[in-house]
Formats: sequence, C-alpha cells, structure tokens
Amino acid sequence: MSANTTIASYKQLEGRSKITNLLLRWFLYFILILFASYFIFPLYVMLVTAFKTMPEIRQGNLLTLPNQLNFESWIVAWGGRGYGAGDTYLRPYFWNSIKMVVPAVFFSTFIGAMTGYVLTKWRFKGDRWVFLFLLFGCFIPYQAILLPMARTLAVLGISNSILGLVVVHSVYGIPFTTLFFRNYYVSIPDELIKAARIDGAGFFKIFFKILLPISAPIIVVTVIWQFTQIWNDFLFGATFSFGKAAPIQVALNNMVLSSTSVKEYNVDMASAIIAGVPTLIVYVLAGKYFIKGLTSGAVKG
Amino acid sequence: MFKWLDKNLPKIVLAPSLGLISWFVYGFILWTFYISFTNSKILPKYELWGVGQYVKLWKTHKWLIAVDNLLIFTVLFLVICIVIGVILAIFLDQKIRAEGVLRTIYLYPMALSFIVTGTAWKWILNPTLGIQKLFIDMGFENFTFDWLVNREMAIYTIVIAGVWQSSGFVMALFLAGLRSIEDEIVKAAKIDGAGLFTVYWKILIPMMRPVFFTSFVILVHISIKSYDLIVALTQGGPGISTTMPALFMTQTAFHKSQVGLSAASAMMMFMAVAAVIIPYLYSELRRENVS
Repeated sequence: MSANTTIASYKQLEGRSKITNLLLRWFLYFILILFASYFIFPLYVMLVTAFKTMPEIRQGNLLTLPNQLNFESWIVAWGGRGYGAGDTYLRPYFWNSIKMVVPAVFFSTFIGAMTGYVLTKWRFKGDRWVFLFLLFGCFIPYQAILLPMARTLAVLGISNSILGLVVVHSVYGIPFTTLFFRNYYVSIPDELIKAARIDGAGFFKIFFKILLPISAPIIVVTVIWQFTQIWNDFLFGATFSFGKAAPIQVALNNMVLSSTSVKEYNVDMASAIIAGVPTLIVYVLAGKYFIKGLTSGAVKG
Repeated sequence: MFKWLDKNLPKIVLAPSLGLISWFVYGFILWTFYISFTNSKILPKYELWGVGQYVKLWKTHKWLIAVDNLLIFTVLFLVICIVIGVILAIFLDQKIRAEGVLRTIYLYPMALSFIVTGTAWKWILNPTLGIQKLFIDMGFENFTFDWLVNREMAIYTIVIAGVWQSSGFVMALFLAGLRSIEDEIVKAAKIDGAGLFTVYWKILIPMMRPVFFTSFVILVHISIKSYDLIVALTQGGPGISTTMPALFMTQTAFHKSQVGLSAASAMMMFMAVAAVIIPYLYSELRRENVS
C-alpha cells in the first residue's frame, strides 16, 4: 500500500459527515447516561426514602425529594427506640461485624501471603497441583460444607459466636488470598531471592525483608477483597450465628423482615445504607484496587 | 535436626493452609457426599442407605421448581449481564469524557451485599408505593407492576436485581480485555477501510473469546450459588415460586431437619459447579503453561 492511498483512506474515514459523527457521539452519551441513571436509581431512592417521614412516603413517590431532611429513621435504625425487647437496631451488630472482619481479614491475608510465597519462590515438584488444589476452594458452593461445618463449630464449642465466624471466614478466604499473592509473587524476578540466599538470608528473612516491603499493592487488593466479601457475607452469618452474635447483614435482614408493626420503609432504607456504607466507602476511596481484585480473580496472565 | 528444619521450612509453612483446605473443603465435601447416601434426619446417621435421597430429591416438587427457577434465572442473568456489559465496555472505550466517573457508577453495586441490594429493590418493586405508584403519578393511571407478589413473575424480579448488581462486573472484565488489545490492530483495520462497527464485530469481539468464557463461568457460578438475594427479595415466595437450589438446601437442612436430603441437594449443586469450573481451571492452567 502506498503512502498516498493510506492518506486517502484516512480522509475517507474522517470525511464521514461531521453531523453524523456528532449525532453518533450524542447517542453514545445518551446511552451511557441512561445506564448510569439505572445504576444510580436505587441508591437515590434509598437515600431520599431514608430522609422522609412515613406520611411523606405514602403521599409522594420513589423520586420525590423529602420536604426536609428528617434524621429520625437513621437514629432509629442505628440505636433503636429504646423500648427493650423486640427493638432491633444495627449498632451492636455493626460492631459484631467489625470484630469479625478485622481478625478474619488479617489471618486469611497473612496465610495467603505465606502460601503464595512458598508456591512461587520455594518451588517443589507438584507445586502447581498444590496451587490448583487450593484454588478449587474459591469456587465450591458453600452448601456442600455447611452441614459438617455446623457440626465442627458445635464440637469446638464456638457455634453461634463471633470467634466461630472468624474461623470460618479465615479458612474459606485462604484460596482467594493465595490466588492473589501467588499471581503477584510469580511476576517478581527469582534473581532477587537467589541473590539474598547467597548472602545467607533465610526463609523468613527473605519474606519480611525483601518481599513484604514490595507487596503493598497486592496487600491492599487482598485486604479490600476480603473485607468486602466478609462484610457482605450472609450465608455463613445466617447459618452459624443468630441472636446477639449475628453480623450486620443478618441483622439487617431480620429488621427488614420483622413484621411486628407497620412497615417503616424509611427505617429499612436507612438500615440498608448503614450496612452498605463501609464497603461503599472502601470502594470509592480505593476503587482501583477493588476492580483489580475482581478482575484478577478472573483473568490471569 | 536444625538442618532438616531449615530444608523443610517452606513445606512446614505451607502445611497449615494445605491442611485447613484439605479438611475444611475436601474433607467436608466428602462428608456431605457420604451423608447424602444415608437416611439421616435431624442428626447424621452413618449407615449407608443407597441412592434413596437422590431418588426422593428428584421427586420433590419444590426441588423441581428450584431447578426450573435456576435455569430461567441463569439464562436471563447470563445473557442480559453479558449484553449490557459488552455494550457499556465498547461505548466507554470511545474516548468518553468522565469515563472514570461512569465506570465507578456502573460498578458500585458490586461493593454492596446482596442483602442491601435485595432490600433496596424490594422497596422499589413493592406494588403499592414503588414503581407502580411512580408511573401512576406520572399519569399512567392504569399502570400495574406487581411482579414481586405475582407467582408467575416474581422470579424475574430476582433477575432485575441480579443484573443490576453484576453487569458492571462484566463491563469491567470486557473493558480490561479491550484495553489489552494493541491499538495497532485497530489502526491497521481502519486503514484497510473497515468502519468502527466492522472493527468491533469482526475483529475485537471475536478476540474477546476468553473474556466471554470467563464471564460465563463467573456468572453461572454466581447464579448457582444465589441465596442472599432471594432471601432478601422474596424469601422464595410468593409460596415457593422463587425457590432456588441454595435456598432449598438450607431450608431442608436447618428448618425441616432432613439432613440426608439436603446433603443430596448440596451434592447436586456441587456437581453443577464442578462441571463448569473444572474445565475452566484446566484451560486457565494450560494457557499459563503455554505462555
């Protein structure tokens, strides 16, 4: 192809009438904004509903704005009405979730980092199979382990406790955390480790002095992933805990389903937002790492 | 002794995670598998009973409805998520202003729990004050939208909420895929006179085959495991019209105390997931071997 024709066909492309191009562009933005409104819609509805009073909710519709910001439903959702029995509110369960998430994220991340380190930097015959063996744990439907897990927790005497949930989440987090760290450490040149070994550094020294300092990005990805997964979990929480030891998602579900009195949609929505806010904040602040976790679990190499 | 320790340190460090996963994943699955061949009711019994639970399972009306619902949900969830995800990814890839903001909006539902999502959609879809009232207020006086309480239609409300939650994820996968393709390929095709539509339809989308495959696997996997969303949105109702296998399993185990039957249903779910995941892991591993 000569230079001339190249320019000619470029011209041809650019030559499509300006109006068509502009219309296409408008169409593009129109569709993108349409979808954006579809995704924003429930969040908007939740927010305006949470700030309305019940009479306002009955008068208006999903989209109408509250007459004034009414914080009553937020206070009730968080701290209850103070009449004792039957008064469910989120505050204690929010702390339950924190007490569950922090140690579970720590243990699963630490174990995953060590496992990923061994599987990439201290390779042995069959290490690939070990990785596959662990990786499969990411995908099992947890229904297949619920029954024996319930019995195990009972035998250990930690059923219906935060400690039990910490154990469950730590264990079932290992396949994911191993995946993240293994894929990250695989890209770090082995020469770095070999040089350190020649200098006489041992197994732990290499990990803590060489690998850990450069692991910040993958630690962030892993911590965010585990935090989101564990905070949002419902199946384990609902199966292995009830009453006072329940995590926040279980409490939220119980609050919304309890049909003791008139349905208070504003309190429901305030509760849902409270239960969703921690992960949303993490997502807004560190979205890049969140997406990395999502996609690196799926697309590798 | 010291030397032995030093030499085997990596394996000793690996042992806890290997042990935990062997016990809590593989051991537990084997236990469930074994129990599915016994006549366990409230408590597990260890005498073998044969395939009775599986026969019973496939004669249980509720299980058949659950499987039916799973098929409907999976097909719709899969197709709609992929269509929306691909469209959004391609559109976002056109040097869009404020791409970052739009991407953040499309993906934020993934950061929420299915319980939060379900609670929100339950309110939006409720037939008295929700969408229905919105349209009536807008002037469509005879508008009715009662899917949430309609036996025939309730399953589709789960599709609506599920798609809302997960299509942004497919968008992110495809956008990452599109961005990883060399600009040169697109430029070359354009120079050869191919329009933008042809470039996508004939070149880029076929190149995305691995991404389609990945999305397929992840979405099928999400749909087989669907539990929270149904609990929050319909609790399997009205009646049992939106039951799905995961819900069936937990209800049979913990409310009806039919441990054997629920173990059989759990094994059916496990086999369905394994049928999708094992080929996927195998192909991923092969790809890694090649590269």
